[in-house]
Amino acid sequence: MQQDTLVEIDNLKQYFAIEKGIFNRKVGEIKAVNGVNLKIKRRETLGLVGESGCGKSTLGRAVLRLQEPTAGDVYFNQENEKVSVLELNKKEMRKVRANMQMIFQDPFSSLNERMTVMDNIIEPLVVNKIGDKASRKKRAGDLLEEVGLRREYLSRYPHSFSGGQRQRVGIARALSIKPQFIVADEPVSALDVSVQAQILNLLKKLQKELDLTFLFISHDLGVIRYVSDRIAVMYMGNIVEIGEREELLRNPHHPYTEALLSAVPRAGQSRNRIVLEGSTPDPINLPSGCIFRTRCPYAEEKCAEQKPEWENIKGEHFAACHFKDSLELKGIKNRKRA
Amino acid sequence: MAESKSSIFKKFLSYIKNIFSKNKKEEYRSLEYASQSQLIWYRFKKHKLASLGLTVLAILYVTSIFAGFVAPYAHTERIDDYKYAPPTEIHVISEENGLRTPFVYSYSKELDTETFQYEYVIDKTKEYSLKLFVKSEPYKLLGFIPMEHKLFGTGDKDAPVFLFGTDNLSRDIFSRILFGGRVSLFVGFGGVFLSFIIGSLLGGISGYFGGVIDEIIMRAVELLMSIPKIPLWIAFSAAVPRDWTAVQTYLAITMILALVGWTGLARVVRGKLMSLKNEQFAMAARAAGASDFRIITKHLLPAFISYLVVHLTLAIPGMILGETTLSFLGLGIQPPAVSWGTLLQDAQDLTVLADYPWHLIPTVFVIVTVLMFNFIGDGLRDAADPYSSK
Repeated sequence: MQQDTLVEIDNLKQYFAIEKGIFNRKVGEIKAVNGVNLKIKRRETLGLVGESGCGKSTLGRAVLRLQEPTAGDVYFNQENEKVSVLELNKKEMRKVRANMQMIFQDPFSSLNERMTVMDNIIEPLVVNKIGDKASRKKRAGDLLEEVGLRREYLSRYPHSFSGGQRQRVGIARALSIKPQFIVADEPVSALDVSVQAQILNLLKKLQKELDLTFLFISHDLGVIRYVSDRIAVMYMGNIVEIGEREELLRNPHHPYTEALLSAVPRAGQSRNRIVLEGSTPDPINLPSGCIFRTRCPYAEEKCAEQKPEWENIKGEHFAACHFKDSLELKGIKNRKRA
Repeated sequence: MAESKSSIFKKFLSYIKNIFSKNKKEEYRSLEYASQSQLIWYRFKKHKLASLGLTVLAILYVTSIFAGFVAPYAHTERIDDYKYAPPTEIHVISEENGLRTPFVYSYSKELDTETFQYEYVIDKTKEYSLKLFVKSEPYKLLGFIPMEHKLFGTGDKDAPVFLFGTDNLSRDIFSRILFGGRVSLFVGFGGVFLSFIIGSLLGGISGYFGGVIDEIIMRAVELLMSIPKIPLWIAFSAAVPRDWTAVQTYLAITMILALVGWTGLARVVRGKLMSLKNEQFAMAARAAGASDFRIITKHLLPAFISYLVVHLTLAIPGMILGETTLSFLGLGIQPPAVSWGTLLQDAQDLTVLADYPWHLIPTVFVIVTVLMFNFIGDGLRDAADPYSSK
C-alpha cells in the first residue's frame, strides 16, 4: 500500500439475496455494488456521484462494515500498516472503527431523540471507553463549538434543533473519537440550499484543521464539485469513471458522465441536456458487456459483447468505455455559449 | 408500611393536581431541555379527554382500594329486611324547613295485598341527615388499619343508605361494586403485565433475530389469533378447579387473560424492532462500535417504549372486559368473591331486570372504566406521535 493511500477498496461486492416462498428459496440477487475498486488518498475528498439506487450508500456502508460485504476487501492504512477491515474480529474492529466514522443523510433520524445532544455526541467515546465523565463532557462541548453551535446546547434534546443544527451535531458525533476517515453519506441532501453551503464549508474547514479524509457521497454534482478533489462516477454498482475534479468535469470520457454533467443547470446558458432513454436496468439481471449500453446514445454491437476495461486517460483519470478515445464528449467548461 | 402508603397517596394527589396546573410558562422555557417522555407528558396534559380519563380512573381506583372505608357495608354483609330495596333517594329540600343539608327518609316494607309483592314505602315522618365520617362498627381497613368510621351514612340503623339499592340477598350493591372493582380493575394490570412480558420477549426475539424463529413465533401468534377469544377463555377457565380459593381463581383468570392476550403485543414489538434496527441512529450506534445489547437496550427499546405504553393502556380494558365476560358466564370469579362480572350475573334474570333495574348499574362502571382507558390511550397515542405538532 502506498504511503499516501488511506483506504483501499478492492473488488468490493455487495449482493442482496431475494428470497421467496415459505422456504426462503433464493430466486436472485440484487447486485447493489458489483466489484468496486477505489483508492482514497490521505487528506483528500473523494466525491462519489451517481443517480439514486446506483449503490453509492451501500458502498459507503460496506466500507465501514455496517453490513457485511459479499466479496472483496477493504484495506485501511493504520499507522502505515495495511489492515484488512473485513477480516477483523469484533474487538479489533472496534479499534479500527475509531478511525472510520460516518455522517448520515437524514439529520432527523440519525440522532437518538431519547438522548441529550451530549449523550449523542459522546456515544462513541462511551462505547470505546475513552476518557472519564468530565473529559467527555469537555470534549463534547469543544466539539459543539467546533461545529458552530453553543456549548450550552449540550443538555438539550435533538428535537429542539433545526435540520442544519442537527447535522452539525451529527458531524460532532462523527468527530468525537478523532477519526481519520469519514464516510459522508449525502450529508446535505436533506437540507435547504443555504444551509447546505454552511455545512459544506464546515466540512471543508474541519478537513483542513483535522487532516480528515472524506468519501463524500452525493447525487448532486454541484455539491460534489464544490467539495471534491477527485470525483468517481458510479452507475449500477460500478465505477464508470474517476478523475481529478476539473479534468473529469472538462473532459469526461464516459457517456454517462457526460449525461450527468449535461443535467447540471447553469445560469445564462441554454442547456443541451442529454436525456437518457429508458430507465436503469434491472439490478437482478444486469446487461451483458457494458452495463450502460442499454441507455447509452453511442452504444454499438461491441458494447453488448465485451465488458469495457479500465483504461488510463491522462494522469489519474480512468474510464471504462470502449470508445473513450473516439467519442467527442462535452464537459462543463467547453460547452458553447448560446 | 402505612407511611409508604400515604406517600403514594400524596404522589397521586400531586399527579392529579399537575394535570390541571396553570403554570405553563415554566414549561415552555424548559421545552428545549425536555426529554421525550417530558414532552409526551406536556402534550398528554393538553388532551382534555385523556385528563378526564385519568381523573375518573384515579377516583375509581382510589375508592375501590379504600372500599372498606368508602363503602357503607362489607360486600358480603346482609342487611336484614331490605331485600331488593330500591336506591335510597337523597333529598335536600325538606317539607318543613325548605333547603337543608342532604338527608334521607327511612323505608319500610309492606305487602301489597293485590300483587302479593313486598313494596317499599317511604316514611316521611323523620329526616335522617347524611353525615361524613360517621361512626361505625370497628373494622380493619385493607386488613390492617383499625378504623371505626365510614365515609358517609346516617349513623342510624333504621335509615340505611343504599345508593344503588340492594340485591336478592339484601346486600348493598354500591358497596359490592366498590369491592368488585378490586378484582375487575386490577385484573387488567396483572393480565397486561404478564402479557407484556410474554409478548415483548417473543416479539423481541422474533423481530431482532428474524429467520426461522421469527417464522415459527409469528405462525403461532396467527394460530392463537385465529381462534375466537371467548371459546378460548372458556376452555381455559373450564380447566380451573372449582375448589380453588378466590385468590387462586383470580390469579388463574389473570393468567388466562394474559395467555390469550399477548399476541397483539408480540406483533407490535416485532414490527417496531424490525423497522428500528435499520434506522440511521441504530446504524450510527453500530458505527460507533456499540454492541447488539447496547443498541437494543439503549437505542431501540427507548425509541418505542411510548408505543408500548399506548398499546398496554389500550389492552387493559380488553382484560377488564374479559374478566367481566368470564364472571358473567359463571366461569370466572366465584361467589362469594365479587367482581363486576359476578354482579352482572344477577342481572341475567329478566324479571329481576324488569322489577329491579338497579342491578344493571355495574354495567355503567364497566363502560365508564373501559371508555376512560380508551381516552387515556388515545391521549397517549397523540402525545407519543412524533409527527404531531409540537
